[in-house]
Amino acid sequence: MSVQPLIAPDATPHPGRPARTGGARLLVGLAVVLTLLIVVAPLAYIFVRAFSEGWQVYAANIMDPDTLHAIWLTSLIAVIVVPLNIGFGIAAAWAIAKHRFPGRGALVTMIEIPFSISPIIAGICYLLLYGRQGLLGPWLREMDLQVVFALPGIVLVTMFVTAPFVAREVLPLMQAQGTDQEQAAVTLGASGWQVFRRVTLPNIKWALLYGAVLCTARAVGEFGGVSVVSGSVRGQTNTLPLHVELLFNDLNTVGAFAAASTLTLIALVALALKTALEARRG
Amino acid sequence: MSITISGMTKRFDRTEVLQGIDLDVADGELVALLGPSGSGKTTLLKIIAGLEWPDSGRLQVAGQDWLQLAARDRRIGFVFQHYALFPHMSVRDNIAFGLEVMPRGQRPSRAQIAAKVDELMAFLQIDQLADRYPAQLSGGQRQRVALGRALAIQPRVLLLDEPFGALDAAIRRDLRRWLRGVHEATGSTTIFVTHDQEEAFELADRVVVMGAGRIEQIGHADDIHDHPASPFVARFMGATVELPVTLAAGRATGPGLDLSALPRRALPDGPARIFARPADIRAVPDPAACWTVSSLGSTGAELHLTATKPDGTEVEVQMPRRGAPALSRGAPVALRIEAAAVFPDSRRDHAAPVLPLRKEIAR
Repeated sequence: MSVQPLIAPDATPHPGRPARTGGARLLVGLAVVLTLLIVVAPLAYIFVRAFSEGWQVYAANIMDPDTLHAIWLTSLIAVIVVPLNIGFGIAAAWAIAKHRFPGRGALVTMIEIPFSISPIIAGICYLLLYGRQGLLGPWLREMDLQVVFALPGIVLVTMFVTAPFVAREVLPLMQAQGTDQEQAAVTLGASGWQVFRRVTLPNIKWALLYGAVLCTARAVGEFGGVSVVSGSVRGQTNTLPLHVELLFNDLNTVGAFAAASTLTLIALVALALKTALEARRG
Repeated sequence: MSITISGMTKRFDRTEVLQGIDLDVADGELVALLGPSGSGKTTLLKIIAGLEWPDSGRLQVAGQDWLQLAARDRRIGFVFQHYALFPHMSVRDNIAFGLEVMPRGQRPSRAQIAAKVDELMAFLQIDQLADRYPAQLSGGQRQRVALGRALAIQPRVLLLDEPFGALDAAIRRDLRRWLRGVHEATGSTTIFVTHDQEEAFELADRVVVMGAGRIEQIGHADDIHDHPASPFVARFMGATVELPVTLAAGRATGPGLDLSALPRRALPDGPARIFARPADIRAVPDPAACWTVSSLGSTGAELHLTATKPDGTEVEVQMPRRGAPALSRGAPVALRIEAAAVFPDSRRDHAAPVLPLRKEIAR
């Protein structure tokens, strides 16, 4: 069956593709200029400033013990938080997508809470709960556990802030796939673990990696919540984003930009991975 | 393996999906569960598979209580409506899955698994698809792979949920014949669910008609077609014309109806209903009759007409055009019913299943 085109084919050089009008050109130009001004220029400027006094100064700034410690601490936090969130995300998505239980709807909402609460409020909550004057303060002191102004507090807040990332990526996929494949595997004699490893996991692996990349980027860059509970003790509880701020307040702009450049680099790598994963997921 | 189901009930929230199911399936039998959607047939199948659990009742397979067995220990082959193939595995790996996940002690060697899979693929005529992935297969091919995967573990019972539901008509007919062949070759007890009468009757040894959580009738094609056990089965089998009649001494009479072709029935006198197929009704010109032809059409081979009574009752009639009397719109006609099921009015529509049919309604 053929459909008569509304406009004769020779009316435009490419039928179906209207010529670009002046308005369209203006909008495209505006988008490009805004992207350059708002996104690209500041990012590029970070590197310009970081290298403004040459390689040696840049290297010296990075090799500063406090900066190195901040990089190490931030990496450590990511290494602890991301696997925990992957575990949590898979468990929560699995429970919600594959099972019916009372409180299922509430769980879906609860996973979203960190998205809607400002991180700084999360930080204050943890301070009020685990701090010296906090609800659990006396008990923690008795057990000789320091949570706030130490690594555990930073890890807890980062986990809270990044909790939804993996679950939100994996859940829609699991829901779309339903339970037929898992049921088929069970009737074929597979154990719960075999079903998960051989059927469920391969189906969600790209979404899982995507979520993990987003989670990593957020964990590394988290500022607000962490700034409340870390205490920003140089060389001890200072994460990379907090360190950038400290250096900046010290008027050590080159140092601040050097530290910021490492954060930016991590973000760019994450972006590249994310783009590659999106292509894989099709 | 023989299957015995007794007194089985199941409810989801407030819906009674199964309302007391009793069913025996003999070893090696091929049985169809036939019914409209929502009749509980898939739920029953999933309970046999161990993917759902009944609220009460018993399920015995070869004398063993299967409600004490988890799905993975029942060794059943289940074929899903939408195949549920594993998309990240090749056809070969899909079929091998059930053998690969066996506990170490029982699992065949790698070579044995490969040989078994090759043998199955040859048997199912899909050996040329071994290295393809499910996304690269047609519907009919996926169905064959799904069946191969289920057969690989040498199931004690084979269960199929709407096995041809997602396929087009030509492939359906092909696969039906092919499945019958597979069943005859493997000899495994097989139950399949369908809403397609033709499919159920052509393929199955015995058909179980289900409606609203009950078994309405169990029987062979001709039985169910000619002697529906309940108004539900009659309607489901295409007897869409429903007319009130009066029974006296086993004979039905109705205004403008010629019911002399129906045999006498051992039914109490009083009001009743007949259920007839449009193709079992003939319109006969009769100036004294109360029906008039209100629409008339032809497919070439058949006349399709609608007869209407002054009270608004409409009856659809399909009769062979050859040999039909001359009819025109507005003509008065009597309706001769060649075959119909008769049920007394007092009886509830979903009354007791599986009655002694022949005694009750004879044609």
